[in-house]
Amino acid sequence: MSAAAAVYEDGRARGSVLHYAVLTLLAVVCLLPVVMMVLVSFKTEAQIFDTRWSWLFMPTMDNYRSVIQDGHIDRYLMNSVKVSIAATLITLMLGTMCAYAMARFRFLGREPLGYATLILRTLPPAVLAVPVFVLWSAWGIADTLSGVVLVYVALNLPFTIWLLYGFVDQLPIELEEAAAIDGCGPFQVFWRIVLPLLKPGLAAAAIFTFRLAWNEFILSFILTNRVTRTLPASISNYITDTGVEWGKIMAAGVLIALPPLIFTFVAAKQIITGLTAGAVKG
Amino acid sequence: MTPARLARLTPYLYILPAAAVMLAGLAWPIADAVRLSFYDWPLGTDWATARWVGLEAFADMLRSRQVWTSMGVTFAFVVIAVTCEMVLGIALALFLERPVRGMRLFRTVFVLPMMIAPICVGLIWRYLFDANFGPINLWAGALGLSPRAWLAEPELAFLAIIVTDIWQWTPFVLIMVLAALQGIDGSIIEAARIDGANPWQQIVRVKLPVIQPILVVTLLMRMIDGFRGLEVVYVMTFGGPGQSTELFSLHIYKAAFISQKLGYSAALSILLLCIVAVLALAVLLIANPLRPRGSR
Repeated sequence: MSAAAAVYEDGRARGSVLHYAVLTLLAVVCLLPVVMMVLVSFKTEAQIFDTRWSWLFMPTMDNYRSVIQDGHIDRYLMNSVKVSIAATLITLMLGTMCAYAMARFRFLGREPLGYATLILRTLPPAVLAVPVFVLWSAWGIADTLSGVVLVYVALNLPFTIWLLYGFVDQLPIELEEAAAIDGCGPFQVFWRIVLPLLKPGLAAAAIFTFRLAWNEFILSFILTNRVTRTLPASISNYITDTGVEWGKIMAAGVLIALPPLIFTFVAAKQIITGLTAGAVKG
Repeated sequence: MTPARLARLTPYLYILPAAAVMLAGLAWPIADAVRLSFYDWPLGTDWATARWVGLEAFADMLRSRQVWTSMGVTFAFVVIAVTCEMVLGIALALFLERPVRGMRLFRTVFVLPMMIAPICVGLIWRYLFDANFGPINLWAGALGLSPRAWLAEPELAFLAIIVTDIWQWTPFVLIMVLAALQGIDGSIIEAARIDGANPWQQIVRVKLPVIQPILVVTLLMRMIDGFRGLEVVYVMTFGGPGQSTELFSLHIYKAAFISQKLGYSAALSILLLCIVAVLALAVLLIANPLRPRGSR
């Protein structure tokens, strides 16, 4: 027994260095490609076409200047900001209400709604491409930012509802009952008691909703024109028949990647909550 | 209105806005896809010229070699990429299970590849794999290997999109399994250890069986994502060379907006919808949030 314990202790001691070595290697593998995108965005064309990869070079802002001045990327950036914020706020509002009702009330249609939502959560965007393109034109919301917001809210709602359902379900119902006894109406209970307690869930839901709206490419590409295009959809401007304008496209890529990067470092805990929601409890 | 009746209406007032948006934004388009699939309707032409063809689009679809090729590519992609991700992710999670100082920072870094836009992921890897000045060829050259036209040869391009997917999604498996392992009741492991189970037996006989439901859900979620994805390949290869990397979602997009066959593309959408729905139902059978807690 003591011999086995010694091996175990020994193994753990050696494992510790190996542990960090593996962690570091993984972190480098995850980070390196992203770092290289950032580096390329600061390189001149000559540096990019060099036959050696250089880590150290004289950085240039030309690519960024060019995508803003000639590519009007500031306009697409504004479109993306508007669409993402609107989609996030609307999704959170509607999603919270729906999740609350499903967790707290037993009503006719609860189960069908629940199952429909669970299935819709996995809907491939490509399935929506054709019908949304046709319908949005018929409804007069093609080429508008509201049209894009509508489809993003719809796509995000199922996930948001289920994430928040889990959070409401875990709240002690006694709080709400006490508030009701003290004379709060059902809407007051929701607004004053439940909503503040849902903050961690709302944060996770907000990040994932924003991420989809900010990152989504194909539906935006189909549903917008030169004026209403969002940032990811504008990427195609830099892929031409003669090749890819790497410096510019990487500059645009960095602008697209920036908000999710910031979110990742600010709110990693909420992201992991959102990722594991539905499969892992808590 | 009586208070009792108002109370009964309350839940419907809460769900109405969300239900309305999902109806207009998801259910209606899906229903419309079904309707469109019965018509021959070229993109850019007036709806009045659309021709009712019944189930012809579905018959065409099943006869089309391109559909079967794309399906084959998608299945191969899903099976190979997801298997690699599961094996790598589980192995890494078991190895890194013990909480150590700084783990939070590492986990943050691991989340990065799946948070940035798929379109950026595609761009990054298209650059890395570039035949002329991509770093992968440059470094291979430094090692004395001859450069390859990664994205121009069918097998290599397929390998490239698999590598990209593994890079992007192995961290997801890792994080799911880590969370699952941390949820295991420590006394179970302790009991196994006292009973003389060595570390390997603890993993195979205790840990993996306990977290099996989460492993299956993770697997299914990755498979579903495999069928949903198109943005990374859109940027990296646009499905080429030939159809070697044409995932089914991309095939649908091309049928609609390159071949300009809206009705036919709608029929393809229905097929994809059915495949994904089966996988989603399987997830539901294993992890059903509607079931009351305690009965899982």
